[in-house]
Amino acid sequence: MEIAAKLAILADAAKYDASCASSGGVQRDSSSGRGLGSNEGTGICHSYAPDGRCISLLKILLTNYCQYDCLYCVNRASSNVPRARFAIDEVVRLTLDFYRRNCIEGLFLSSGIIRSPDYTMEQLVEVARRLREEHDFRGYIHLKTIPDAAPDLLRRAGQYADRLSINIELPTQQGLAELAPQKDGAAIKRSMARLRVQIEAARGEARDASRAPTSIPGARPARAAAPAFSAAGQSTQMIVGADGADDAAILATSAQLYGAYRLKRVCYSAFSPIPDAASALPLQAPPLAREHRLYQADWLMRYYGFAADEIASPRTGGMLRLEVDPKLAWALAHPERFPVDLNRAPRELLLRVPGLGVKAVDRLLLARRVRRVRAEDLKRLHVPVAKVLPFVLAADHRPARSALPSPTAAPQQAALF
Amino acid sequence: MRVQLASETDLDGFRREARALLASRARPAQVEWSVEGGQEDLFAADETVMEPQGPAPALRVPPAFVELCQHVLLHREPQRFALLYRLLWRLAHEPNLRHDPLDPDMLQAREFAQAVRRDIHKMHAFVRFRPVGDAGDGAQPLHVAWYEPAHRIVEAVAPWFQRRFANMRWAILTPDACVEWDGSVLQLRPGASRAEAPPPDAGEQLWLTYYRNIFNPARLKLATMQKEMPRRYWPNLPEAQLIAPLAAEARERSTRMIEQPASTPLRRIPIAPAATTMLPPEGLPRLNAAMQQCRTCPIGALATQAVAGEGPLAPRLMFVGEQPGDQEDLRGRPFVGPAGQLLERAFAEAGIVREEVYLTNAVRHFKYDLRGKHRIHKTPSQQEALACLHWLREEIALVRPRALVALGATAARSLLGRSVVVRAERGTWLARGDGLQVLVTLHPSALLRLPVSQQARAFEEFVTDLRRAAA
Repeated sequence: MEIAAKLAILADAAKYDASCASSGGVQRDSSSGRGLGSNEGTGICHSYAPDGRCISLLKILLTNYCQYDCLYCVNRASSNVPRARFAIDEVVRLTLDFYRRNCIEGLFLSSGIIRSPDYTMEQLVEVARRLREEHDFRGYIHLKTIPDAAPDLLRRAGQYADRLSINIELPTQQGLAELAPQKDGAAIKRSMARLRVQIEAARGEARDASRAPTSIPGARPARAAAPAFSAAGQSTQMIVGADGADDAAILATSAQLYGAYRLKRVCYSAFSPIPDAASALPLQAPPLAREHRLYQADWLMRYYGFAADEIASPRTGGMLRLEVDPKLAWALAHPERFPVDLNRAPRELLLRVPGLGVKAVDRLLLARRVRRVRAEDLKRLHVPVAKVLPFVLAADHRPARSALPSPTAAPQQAALF
Repeated sequence: MRVQLASETDLDGFRREARALLASRARPAQVEWSVEGGQEDLFAADETVMEPQGPAPALRVPPAFVELCQHVLLHREPQRFALLYRLLWRLAHEPNLRHDPLDPDMLQAREFAQAVRRDIHKMHAFVRFRPVGDAGDGAQPLHVAWYEPAHRIVEAVAPWFQRRFANMRWAILTPDACVEWDGSVLQLRPGASRAEAPPPDAGEQLWLTYYRNIFNPARLKLATMQKEMPRRYWPNLPEAQLIAPLAAEARERSTRMIEQPASTPLRRIPIAPAATTMLPPEGLPRLNAAMQQCRTCPIGALATQAVAGEGPLAPRLMFVGEQPGDQEDLRGRPFVGPAGQLLERAFAEAGIVREEVYLTNAVRHFKYDLRGKHRIHKTPSQQEALACLHWLREEIALVRPRALVALGATAARSLLGRSVVVRAERGTWLARGDGLQVLVTLHPSALLRLPVSQQARAFEEFVTDLRRAAA
């Protein structure tokens, strides 16, 4: 098969993976005169697809043959999609060529499971090894690890990759058992745990090494230090809307994953219609609005100090409201916490005001050290003033009790299944 | 008063002139800024030279302000010099300005800087090189890109491309300026025209193939796309020509996918058997494997794994702790976290070799509360300890220790079948129904929670208990 035909099939097969980030990792470049590429810590989105998602890495599958039969997956064994498999060197050449054209930050490689988890993982690791060792590639590499692969393969993957990820796939163990019978949820968690232990051990070593004297005057520069183990951490993806799990269950699972395994990101991928879908999963348009609210809720957990069950819990029906963002929904449900005084409230409380972001809050804190904050200052912060005002007190502003937007009709969310 | 700078991005010139102007007490409103070769202002005031009037106000600006100037100067806004000088003047005369993040002039400058930084970021992303001159004679091809930045950023961006593509010959052509890297020197040249850039090649077709196929037609979101990749960049992005046709056919493609009935699988690929747990034949391995499946109480579902005991069979002592902690849960081994390290220190003092005793827990899964990103240990309830009891009983029967040590109240209750006040009963041998002797002492994590002043003494007492157990 021609390389273009393979690329078409194996890019198409990879498009349901939501992750694309290329940030973090070890800083490096090729200005020493060796190697190709650089990684300066900030991810770069080199393009955007018409689905609004960024293209930062060459995201492909090594092969879309797969002996697992996960019902939500286009590449499952029982699907009739056309199949292809890249040779290892073809992936290496494509990555280097696109990189030299400045189309990508690096490679995001995943694969269907062929022969055995270990065999598949070995192939993925070999691509990364050739890029790093034979071509001295210094761009970003993200490997999707196969959960049942041997710990030693995981360790080698972490030496070459900036980021590793293992898909949790579905928010509940029960969903996984029903829709992905070959996948073992406990094995996925064990792999994540193993990664956290290794990532933290490598960070600890790097810290110790940075305290030791690094150079001797007049000596020849030593070889570059080995890259830390998966320096940009690990991430995961879960599919939303393929099983019956509600938002509360999804966020609770995310919170546990962040806490237990220190994931950098949990990506939510709205279950999307796929060609040649399994008959067990009747298809409909993907619940993109729900996916968006989940990302907002996730953000609140990571940067705003919200606990998962404050945002969505079984007590309140378990679903996020679709018509308002989760922070506004929380504020409307907690009128007793407002208004918040912009001139006095601590940072944690300011962060809970709808419309105020982390940056705006930090500027407010700086500003109020030198003067009283007034309502018009909000305009200069570029925050949605009308949204913020009902929830705050300022030197010249005191909202009327009735100013709070009244909670609208009961939350409505289209049934997903 | 008129001041002329050497170029549109002449930062050094600006700093020099601004310093002189401040020294001569020139008010911002009196100064007109222009650039050599730039458009003349018909209404320019006559050139007047102002003499310095006494010592200039001492001006020290925060380092962040210098960085701000660097970026603002690259903006195409003609008033940027005036704005920066006004800010400098105000910094010299208004002591509070540097602390006010909401000052309008400051915000305006920051907005300019932000626009320039964003433009720099987009140039990192959207420059597209095309190789030329790859005649197969071993000479490296030259990678050439045509690009149109929004602001005057070419010179500022060049070092980034130099660091990334140090071993590649490349050139970026723009209407303002061109920059070329030959592998050793970065050269700046005057602007060029689009016609000087090379046409598309076969490799670029591959890129278009990738772009076409990574797009999911069921999720068309053109507005989101345009927010991050505004139309002004499209003419120079080869893949942008695909946006309109892909968007046009997206609805039809996704409707077709939804309406299509499920097909009968051809089943060319053998489906792997579902993950079944094969239990090892017998003994401890079988017990430990069965334990992994235990969901009798809810804490099992939240933990990573059940943590089995470890150590030799028929040991002199079997130590029973409360439950695994964060590190034990991650590693799947008992006593490897901070409490485990303290226990090992105490072992060393008491003359106990870790490898010669058996270590396990009364409860097999980690119970915790999430506080932000931290899992905080939570004491298991009596019911949970009770649900786990049969694992401990079976383990004792298989390990056959000569005596038991209970670390803490939970372990003591599980081993003795009654609640135990550890402080009252510690350090003495107590008998179990089955005749095995149990010595009760504190859990090492209880020592870690004591105030520092009491730790040394408590550790000594703990070691004394262990010595008695080992004697």
